[in-house]
Amino acid sequence: MYRYDEFDHSFVNQRTEQFKDQVRRRIAGELTEDEFKPLRLMNGLYLQLHAYMLRVAIPYGTLNSRQMRKLAHIARTYDRSYGHFTTRQNIQFNWPKLEDTPAILEELAEVEMHAIQTSGNCIRNVTADHFAGAAADEIADPRPYAEILRQWSSLHPEFSFLPRKFKIAITGAPHDRAAVQVHDIGLQLTRNEAGEIGFVVFVGGGLGRTPMVGRKVRDFLPEEDILAYSEAILRVYNQYGRRDNKYKARIKILVHETGLEELKKDIEAEFEKIRYDVLRLPNEEVRRIEAYFAPPALEVLADTDPEFEERKASDPAFAQFAKNNLNPHRVPGHSSVTLSMKPIGGIPGDASDVQMDIIADLAKTYGHDEIRISHEQNVILPHVAIRDLPAIFDVLVEHNMAEGNAGLITDIIACPGMDYCALATARSIPVAQEISERFGKAERQAEIGELKIKISGCINACGHHHVGHIGILGLDKKGEEFYQVTLGGSADENTSVGQIVGRGFSSDKVVDAIETLVDTYIDLRQDKDETFLEAYRRVGEDPFKEALYGVG
Amino acid sequence: MNVITANRLLDGEVVWLGDNGHWSETLQGAKVLESAEDVAEHMAIAKQAIADRFVVEAYEMAVKHEDGKLVPVRYREVIRAAGPTILPGLGKQAKPVAV
Repeated sequence: MYRYDEFDHSFVNQRTEQFKDQVRRRIAGELTEDEFKPLRLMNGLYLQLHAYMLRVAIPYGTLNSRQMRKLAHIARTYDRSYGHFTTRQNIQFNWPKLEDTPAILEELAEVEMHAIQTSGNCIRNVTADHFAGAAADEIADPRPYAEILRQWSSLHPEFSFLPRKFKIAITGAPHDRAAVQVHDIGLQLTRNEAGEIGFVVFVGGGLGRTPMVGRKVRDFLPEEDILAYSEAILRVYNQYGRRDNKYKARIKILVHETGLEELKKDIEAEFEKIRYDVLRLPNEEVRRIEAYFAPPALEVLADTDPEFEERKASDPAFAQFAKNNLNPHRVPGHSSVTLSMKPIGGIPGDASDVQMDIIADLAKTYGHDEIRISHEQNVILPHVAIRDLPAIFDVLVEHNMAEGNAGLITDIIACPGMDYCALATARSIPVAQEISERFGKAERQAEIGELKIKISGCINACGHHHVGHIGILGLDKKGEEFYQVTLGGSADENTSVGQIVGRGFSSDKVVDAIETLVDTYIDLRQDKDETFLEAYRRVGEDPFKEALYGVG
Repeated sequence: MNVITANRLLDGEVVWLGDNGHWSETLQGAKVLESAEDVAEHMAIAKQAIADRFVVEAYEMAVKHEDGKLVPVRYREVIRAAGPTILPGLGKQAKPVAV
């Protein structure tokens, strides 16, 4: 994985020192809260319902065991012994003290981590496919490009005060696991007819109160142009994006209001001006960064393993885990393993300090020291030998990370909601927990098959509800929690925004409604292979509506 | 019926303005303000506490009496006064002093 060079070390250390001084000045009274607030937000420090919250960047969701151990240490030493993995592949600590944050940032810098640009109207953490560098279907590893984008966007002076925040996602496989079409810029690696690497470029995707699917602006952007083209997009956005209304300030609104063709013209004109200048990526520089992400030397093994097969045959829980939580690896005899951070009835994305240490141990022992965080709030060991899976599974069982539910109905994305978040209008996590309990039996989950439920506790949509096969949005209706349900959303290569199915449900009725939807699907599906989303796309909303609300 | 609430600067702890400018860690220690004048007067005290770097982000919130106790009207404030509903072992609800 990438290692900081002298510039990275220098800028992170400088920033840590700078923030330490800002905290000192705040406590000493040299800075007012109005002056300090934007500074703390630039360093990922929010004030939430109960306490401060520190959001730490995990660039493109990649970290090693040393870094994971440091996160465990921070959770234990400065917080309440847990952290929360987010839908942007970051981690949040929910209870830090202001006076401790300089020490936390110093500890993070020791392991090449920081909280810079995890808030504010700047380019945020670049996210990527969590199976990057390992997936069998991958065209190329997207992380070198994500790293190049990270370097370009870190403290970029022109783009530190954009009209609004700006999110970039990149995927290296035709099957999009990074939700690129719901990002401000979405990049999908591809090859042209000559076999050269480039990108399909989407602009103006986003969720929030105005969900929009990104519009394709390039079928093939050559590799060397990724920075110049990104800069051109940002420059046009920075110039024309609305600053008069924060709810209309994202680039998706600019695309919508200006029209794609006109905006494309502006982007291309800007691109032509700068494409042959300093932002043109030298081939040797791409290869230099790529070398940091060189895959571990994996021995080619038999496609399967007798002990693995025997365990599958004798242990249904292991069989379920093997069926759902393994992703095909490009090297025979290996797999990428999803460690479920969604135990039945648990809090999606939460990990205790002990679990973090265990993940680090597993990565070190079995996983070539590589760990990924997925935007679906799970943890991945990307390079694992299939023969090691029984031993890994035993450790996961012991530490409550062995649920074989990746991609199933209990693998729910949920934002922190009103249990923590100052912006939330309803709770998300208890709804996720109740759904998880309701459908938690292995047979029931298996019967339902692939079904992605995503829950947000407010219109800002951090829980990605718009792109859930079933989406749930928590609102406040006359002081009561109230949940609106959407159907048919998806965040893969066939991205779609879910449609509101009808009037919403109170907190004590919403899970019954979900069960009605699930049972309706099971009744109408053509066969067990037709997923919920496929069935919904085939039949439309009417049967679901009728099941929920009756005829008429 | 209102009270003034804020977060303590140094650790973010939720607090309520009580008598004599004291900031209480429990809602039961909050001074109940009946009139707009009362609220304005105590918001001025809160603003001074902000200037003195003791609290941040002060605002008024509605409360009611229920079973002899002060209870927030909005559910958001109920959660804020107690802690995450999903983790009863954390937040004020886990402290020995009743919320």
